[in-house]
Amino acid sequence: MNAETFLEARNISKRFYAVQALENVSVMVKRGEIHALVGENGAGKSTLGKIISGIIRPDSGQLLVGGRAVSFSAPRDALVNSITTISQEISLSGKQTVLQNILLGQEVSRAGILNFGAMQARFEEVRALSGFNIDPNRRVDSLRMADQKKVEVMQAIARNARLIIMDEPTAMLSDEETSTFLKIVRQLKSMGLTIIYVSHFLREVLDLADTVTVMRNGQVVRTAPTKDETLDSLVTAMLGKTMAQMYPPKHPPPSDNPIVFKVERLSSAVFDNINLEIRAGEIVGLAGLVGSGRSRLARTLFGAEAVTGGSVTVHGKPVALRSVGEAIRNGIYMLPESRKEQGLLLKQSVQLNMTLPHLSDVTGIGGVINTRAELGRIAGMIKSLDIRTGSAATRLNNLSGGNQQKVLFGKWLFKRPHILIIDEPTRGIDVGAKQAIYNLIATLAQEGMAILMVSSEIEEILGLSHRVLVMRLGRIVAELPSSGQDMTETNIMSAAFGTGQAARQDG
Amino acid sequence: MNLFKRTSPQPRKWSTFLLDYGVLIAFIALFMFLSIRAEAFLTVRNQLNILDQAHQIGLMALAATVVIIAGGFDLSMGAIFAISGVVAAFVARDLGQIESFAAIAPQLGWIVGIVVGTLFGLLNGILVTVLHINTFVATLASGIVIRGIALIITQAEQIRVSDDVFQSLARGGIGDIRNTIIYWLGLAVILTFLLTRTRYGRYVFASGDNPEAARLSGINVNLVRTIAFGISGFAAGLSGVISASRFLKAQNDMGQGLELIAIASVVIGGTSIMGGEGAIWRTVLGVLFLRLIENGFNLINVDTYYQDVFQGLIILFAVALDAMRHRRQ
Repeated sequence: MNAETFLEARNISKRFYAVQALENVSVMVKRGEIHALVGENGAGKSTLGKIISGIIRPDSGQLLVGGRAVSFSAPRDALVNSITTISQEISLSGKQTVLQNILLGQEVSRAGILNFGAMQARFEEVRALSGFNIDPNRRVDSLRMADQKKVEVMQAIARNARLIIMDEPTAMLSDEETSTFLKIVRQLKSMGLTIIYVSHFLREVLDLADTVTVMRNGQVVRTAPTKDETLDSLVTAMLGKTMAQMYPPKHPPPSDNPIVFKVERLSSAVFDNINLEIRAGEIVGLAGLVGSGRSRLARTLFGAEAVTGGSVTVHGKPVALRSVGEAIRNGIYMLPESRKEQGLLLKQSVQLNMTLPHLSDVTGIGGVINTRAELGRIAGMIKSLDIRTGSAATRLNNLSGGNQQKVLFGKWLFKRPHILIIDEPTRGIDVGAKQAIYNLIATLAQEGMAILMVSSEIEEILGLSHRVLVMRLGRIVAELPSSGQDMTETNIMSAAFGTGQAARQDG
Repeated sequence: MNLFKRTSPQPRKWSTFLLDYGVLIAFIALFMFLSIRAEAFLTVRNQLNILDQAHQIGLMALAATVVIIAGGFDLSMGAIFAISGVVAAFVARDLGQIESFAAIAPQLGWIVGIVVGTLFGLLNGILVTVLHINTFVATLASGIVIRGIALIITQAEQIRVSDDVFQSLARGGIGDIRNTIIYWLGLAVILTFLLTRTRYGRYVFASGDNPEAARLSGINVNLVRTIAFGISGFAAGLSGVISASRFLKAQNDMGQGLELIAIASVVIGGTSIMGGEGAIWRTVLGVLFLRLIENGFNLINVDTYYQDVFQGLIILFAVALDAMRHRRQ
């Protein structure tokens, strides 16, 4: 430990029920540096950030601030040591003013009565230090997202922060807002603050950070100066293998395979004139920015949101998308983007979850369930998907994220659909489970299923799709076939942002 | 393939067991305590008496369990209890005056009373699902309306039925076992079957656990909840009709506050007020637990005033356990 080290985490371990989130993690953060933490979802980077900011307590291990051992049991304890957090979501009180938020918990008062003059003076100090020009009397929820982030930074400065942990701070920001925010981070560094920057945007990290710590499966792979790293070296360290090894080989269907799913001139409140076709055995990737309408389109194709016009056919037969039940009866299934909020019932058993959409298959007269038949089929699914669960009666919140995701697949493969829509197939699961799911998707397609895959991870779209559609502002703006050189990250991004030449003839 | 690191199979912890089966342990403990302390407690007669007395809350609490698991609350049960009793007595009395109906007036009274209760329950369901009114507020308000209608029917008078046949719904029995016991324990069996063995039961748990996920599984959550409120109205109505039958009279202010005791019984049993979790056997124990406190404390001469304090504390304790369970997850 030398004088340069501001914070040291020593042999930190943390377990969440069945999952070892951190295992003997040791990291040293130098004073005044921007130290990035990178890793796949579930690698433990956020957990480590939360331990340092006092939100969760480690099972074992030690934290040292300025060489002194500390123990945080609440964020307040971290604050006493000048450590604050800025997270992905804005955590301000939207209905209060900028000034009230910045001085929250730091109000100047005498005998409980607020001293507005002194508070205004303190605000001016913070404003001068940060260089941000924000009206202190505006309500926070009337500000743009990037300005709200500025308020969070000012709040940290008002709290005399010396270390700010930023957990995916740019995930909700637009490109332009992100570049503004990155400037702010550099400025904080020049003010002598130390930053721990948790992010999965590797380019941002390479651009911004002095040091990077790569994590995988709850362990530190390495800590190195950022200048010694490249995109490839980071990805390989994060995955434990190169990108190419993650994805199964592609087998695009022959062009005379029948068209299973055909959508013509579909429109709704959020999108317009959507045309698409998917052939048997084809994986079509649907890319686009958050808010481009890709998830809303997926939900609409599943009957979960209202249609205002257009037609949908399955194997040439028209389908009225009036309800989810209707979609299911016509062989259109969807795995929703949020496993926890939309996909699964975490308090319920594997059994209840897996057969929920298909109970009519295992019920007899009067809606009585034939449990024996049901359990027999579930046992088959558990085996074929390699779901690690105690039994069919195990509750889902006792399973790891990867196994929950497999239950979600099991739920929608219990009966084979004609069209499988998958929204974010691998969100929040570890690398091993990811690869298993990629293999599964490829296998399903080879068996003839038509698959529409929505994802915000471009690598995933590129790695699996036979064809990519890009959405922007509620329209499909580009179609990129995998033959030829069109299917690239650059083409997808420029179409998504509306800056490139890639365009498609709208039929 | 090592999909995730896992320690040895999770050992079942004692604390988890206590949280899950607290009501069973508490019930057995209280039962044993009373058996030792009060001589008159452990007699067949007293036990049957406890079961009989439990029917009124029992019927309502059983149905409330379904509503709560489905993610709702029914605060209008007491009012439905009243209107069903009033309507049953009213039909039995007034049709009894008409010669051609006199022979079947009592039975018609029972049926109409129960049907009215069920319809009001379904109406609650529609308020909550179609109009998207919060279940507390919707059933609180509908309860006031329903009790108001009962007042209009009765004009604040007691409705007395003179035909003794009307009494046979509540007073009859098989040997020493009263009909009332058969009704509520029978409903317990039926609802247990419904919740654990049928498609509808699965949908109830799914709708209460996470309505959005349920909807995205193709479930008509509104219909599931409306039916749950219908069951609630049916049970409250039956309970009210039994009361009218037993005492041969009904009035608009009968059954006030019963819905709260019913919900308390569900909570004591350990069914989660957050929805999506629970069981009928829990409610049976919860209902009996409150009866034991009253019956037993009377037998050992504890002041009734203390009983209320004790009951309130038990309810608080049960809710705290529920909160603790949720924090663990």
